Amino acid sequence: MTPEIGQFALTLALAVAIVQSILPIVGASTGRVLWMESAKTTAVLQVTLVAIAFGALMRSFVVSDFTVRNVVENSHSLKPMIFKVAGTWGSHEGSLVLWTFILVLFGAGVALLGRNIPVGLKARTLSVQAWISVGFLSFMLFTSNPFERVFPPPLDGTDLNPLLQDIGLAMHPPLLYFGYVGFSIVFSFAVAALIEGRVDPAWARWVRPWTLTAWISLTAGIALGSWWAYYELGWGGWWFWDPVENASFMPWLLGTALLHSAIVTEKRDTFKSWTILLAILTFSLSLLGTFIVRSGILTSVHAFAVDPARGVYILGLLGVTIVGSLTLYAWRAPQLGSGGVFRPISREAGLLLNNLLLATATATVLFGTLYPLFVEAVTDEKISVGPPYFNATFIPFMLPLVIIMGIGPFLSWKRADLPGIWQRLRLVFGIAIGVAGIVWYLQTDGPLLAVVSIGIAAWVFVATLREWALRIKLFDLPLSQSLRRARNLPRAAHGMTLAHLGVAMLVLGFVGSTAWKEERVLFAEPGTTVEIAGFEVIFDGVERLRGPNYIAQQGQLRVLKDGREITLLRPERRNYPVAGTSTTESAIRSTLRGDLYVTISEPATEKASGQWNLRILYEPLVNWIWIGATMLVLGGSLSLSDRRLRVGAPSPKSRSSALQPAE
Amino acid sequence: MMKKILLAMPALVAVVLGGFLFWGLNPDRDPNAIPSALVSEPVPDFELPPVESTQTPGLSAAALRSIGEPVLVNVFASWCVPCRAEHAVLTRLVEQDGVRLMGINYMDKPADAANWLEELGNPYERIGSDSEGRVGIEWGISGVPETFVIDANGIVVYRYVGPIVTPEAQDEIRAALAAAGGQS
Repeated sequence: MTPEIGQFALTLALAVAIVQSILPIVGASTGRVLWMESAKTTAVLQVTLVAIAFGALMRSFVVSDFTVRNVVENSHSLKPMIFKVAGTWGSHEGSLVLWTFILVLFGAGVALLGRNIPVGLKARTLSVQAWISVGFLSFMLFTSNPFERVFPPPLDGTDLNPLLQDIGLAMHPPLLYFGYVGFSIVFSFAVAALIEGRVDPAWARWVRPWTLTAWISLTAGIALGSWWAYYELGWGGWWFWDPVENASFMPWLLGTALLHSAIVTEKRDTFKSWTILLAILTFSLSLLGTFIVRSGILTSVHAFAVDPARGVYILGLLGVTIVGSLTLYAWRAPQLGSGGVFRPISREAGLLLNNLLLATATATVLFGTLYPLFVEAVTDEKISVGPPYFNATFIPFMLPLVIIMGIGPFLSWKRADLPGIWQRLRLVFGIAIGVAGIVWYLQTDGPLLAVVSIGIAAWVFVATLREWALRIKLFDLPLSQSLRRARNLPRAAHGMTLAHLGVAMLVLGFVGSTAWKEERVLFAEPGTTVEIAGFEVIFDGVERLRGPNYIAQQGQLRVLKDGREITLLRPERRNYPVAGTSTTESAIRSTLRGDLYVTISEPATEKASGQWNLRILYEPLVNWIWIGATMLVLGGSLSLSDRRLRVGAPSPKSRSSALQPAE
Repeated sequence: MMKKILLAMPALVAVVLGGFLFWGLNPDRDPNAIPSALVSEPVPDFELPPVESTQTPGLSAAALRSIGEPVLVNVFASWCVPCRAEHAVLTRLVEQDGVRLMGINYMDKPADAANWLEELGNPYERIGSDSEGRVGIEWGISGVPETFVIDANGIVVYRYVGPIVTPEAQDEIRAALAAAGGQS
């Protein structure tokens, strides 16, 4: 019964979405307040109905209802409960329900929380959002019904891919979707603004919290995915430039550009049509990502089952949404007008440069991702584009970006004073050169680019701290006064500082773990000793263990430093009999200086019995990647909690409370 | 006017991109398939010395042609982890199915390769040492391991990319060998 309720809820949600896609926007253009207000009810109704469907699907997974095809294909009664729950979004159909749920959640969020948004803009935005949900709900109902029954029901499920049985990965899709589906509401705001033909600083301010929310989740989602790849795939890598990774990375890059260009729109009433274009393109790239993952159009390690009918439907959706909105843009953007003028040396110019670099970097990633398709279409030749292309084209844009990130916050609006800035940054520049020099002295074997990059990381780190110190007049005023200034500083400013410091940490981690990585691959038998990065690793043997739904071979390795035992590593090779696959569980000794990373795999021949294949890696500084990513998320959250975003215009409620007598 | 064209650019780019994506949806297209320019061509001309300090003779195009029955040519390296997995399967194919197996030791140090063969056993009848990877380029290999089926006339009839470990992969190899034998 439950699955039918779920399906019925989805059908109703589609009907409600159709109403919401027409009534509010027609109301807005004919001035009918009641029609516009209806968006609030329908948005809440939509989220309730999709939540019921999502809940119904989740229940089918929790109770292992094997009459539902989706559960049969993606679950197993022996699976731990948390992964049964996560199985809800583990398949194409289930993840679409999650996708749609987040889509309508953002719609309802704007309907309920966006109290200061003018009723016309809000109505139009919610209608546009409903157009997207009509597209996705119909897609789900017509081509990918998650509640399809199977008869006769099999005795047990066919398991979820054991690689995906990991808490990091279970949480990764929801966060990622929250991020890139979150950009849908920014898209809807942009389209609504184009329909109204008006973009002003207030618009940018209303949109900012939504952009930030999406950006924070996307950052967290990508970081979690990369962390998962690092410790679960057993390759010791954290980024592979796989098309599916790129699919989530491109909206992130453009979303970052959007976040910065919207600041200019908010503060200086300029960059208007550019901000709108970024808002449209960011969500377009999210849609493109959804398409790439689900159409099987490119070779990738992670993809859902492929069905051409689905691919055509999503491509149709993509076409209508992207081409439609961009055509609207071409038609209406000239009427948006441009705002204040600025000098070539100013904060506007700095942010423009930031945007150009980010947008170009996005374009190179997009080009590299789709290049195999272009080449095949034109010449019928099959090629693949690997990390060398991406590293060669992407890094040259990122390093200048990080350099100007250090200077940007020092620039004032309209016209900045370059000699004054140089005076304040001289010392920082000296420190950065010094750090690069020390690194070069200690590590002369690494590539020069790595040394330069560490210098750049030091540059942005110290420059950001310096800017923050100047704002609160640290050391110029007594400490207590500085602290008071720090408290009075808007949270968005602290957020920016934290996020920019996070970027410095990220660069440190990227460079350390790429340039100075050490690796040993060997065939070992008990007693084998390996030297790596100053550690002595002794292989003691292997033990067989039983897990809930797998059998594991667990290796024991003692790690010695300077003759003293510091830790015991236990990498595993797990065999899942039901799924008929194996996974590698790496063992990692994590420190801030670097990770010692060990994986084990079974001997390939009978002749080599008693021997094991060991892979031992030393990845310096790799943890700074996750620390940096956490700082980005925290910085974004701090900025999101800024009062200015919540207050905007005084709401009637707070005005009345202000009139009440003091108690 | 210039500005209008500029603003219309994103929409135009999106349409062109959409065209490519639509083309890519063609159900006959398999993005995972790797092209095999060599299939149904004669083996490229090459001559490789034996791996130093092993007794196994080297491999050349002439040697392949002179065998007069279908053979497997397996590209392997001691640094290649999947090759270890595949090694047992190849050994079984040689011992149980009587397959004639030739090897190309790709981008490897002869000493490492010799140790590897010492350790795991040597199922190869001949092994060419391609320590600089020149011949690998001529064969157009995209990675290690890779396996080719060559018929009696020295024509490449089948190519398998990746380790031959699953029963399906072994069946494909056997089928290709049988087909090659039937033609000659």
